[in-house]
Amino acid sequence: MKFGIVVNEGPYQHQASDSAYLFAKAAIAKGNEVWRVFFYHDGVQNASKLTEPPQDDRHIVNRWTKLAEEHKVDLVVCVAAALRRGIKEENLAQGFRISGLGQLVEAGIKCDRLVTFGD
Amino acid sequence: MLHIINKSPLSSVSLDTCLNTAAGGDTLLIEDAVYAATKGNAAEAKLKTAMGKFKLHVLMPDLDARGLGDRLMDGVIAVDYAGFVDLTSNNKTCQSWL
Amino acid sequence: MSDAKKFMFVNRKAPYGTIYALESLEVVLISAAFDQDVSLAFLDDGVYQLKKGQQTKGIEIKNFSPAYRALEDYDVEKLYVEKEAMEARGLSEEDFLVNVTVLSRAEMGKLMDEQDVVLSF
Repeated sequence: MKFGIVVNEGPYQHQASDSAYLFAKAAIAKGNEVWRVFFYHDGVQNASKLTEPPQDDRHIVNRWTKLAEEHKVDLVVCVAAALRRGIKEENLAQGFRISGLGQLVEAGIKCDRLVTFGD
Repeated sequence: MLHIINKSPLSSVSLDTCLNTAAGGDTLLIEDAVYAATKGNAAEAKLKTAMGKFKLHVLMPDLDARGLGDRLMDGVIAVDYAGFVDLTSNNKTCQSWL
Repeated sequence: MSDAKKFMFVNRKAPYGTIYALESLEVVLISAAFDQDVSLAFLDDGVYQLKKGQQTKGIEIKNFSPAYRALEDYDVEKLYVEKEAMEARGLSEEDFLVNVTVLSRAEMGKLMDEQDVVLSF
């Protein structure tokens, strides 16, 4: 089954990104495809390569990057939401790309299931 | 349809609105919503009533994280992330009551 | 339209206090370009988004409520308000800046069940 995931909150502040990541990993482990993760609202902060959590904490941004590399997950950051919040190509972490809201609607159309994580 | 709730029932109307509005089906409590499914919580009676209409599930890793893994009320099904994925697969649509 | 999916945008948050209402509306406007069967549902504090007469000058946030009126031009015409939510807030249909269909909770629940994709904000 083809999954789309929406992440509406930034990392660390809210559990949404953690829940979304663990859901994505579990979906892939069961043989599903996670076709796209769309980051919206403050969720765009998940794509900041300037993120530096303490050593003993999970690195939410790098975790997404790794998932994208290993399982060809398309990590899309909403351009309008990103510009509002200071996320640009120059501080975009590896594996993420910035694109329009149409990518969210497209995920709704093309995926068998769309699961939203937010506040 | 799968209904996903992530707010504590004592700080948000999300659970109430979902149970009052949704036509029924699978419901999954995640994140802070897991408190609703613990013995003695003010939401317990509400969930008991809802059991006729909804099949209630709780995301166990979230309940364990909050120190309440041993207080799960009767009649609520414990699932892990794999179970969460199954719930989304088995329902045509899912809605997060954010 | 036969292969169009039924998209429902569920709005349960008030405007201005948080950005969800505005950014939800932005998705709705984009979705109109994809020829899908789009509807908007307003529940809980989401019904406040449609209140007439919003004056935001004093808070220096852009008043985006006129955009709800523009939805019609994008062929987004299915706007549903939950009756119980509206009444609990002392509002009636005349308070809204656009024409809406008022549904009971049960009707709203049934409509949600008929959707292919539900996006909540």
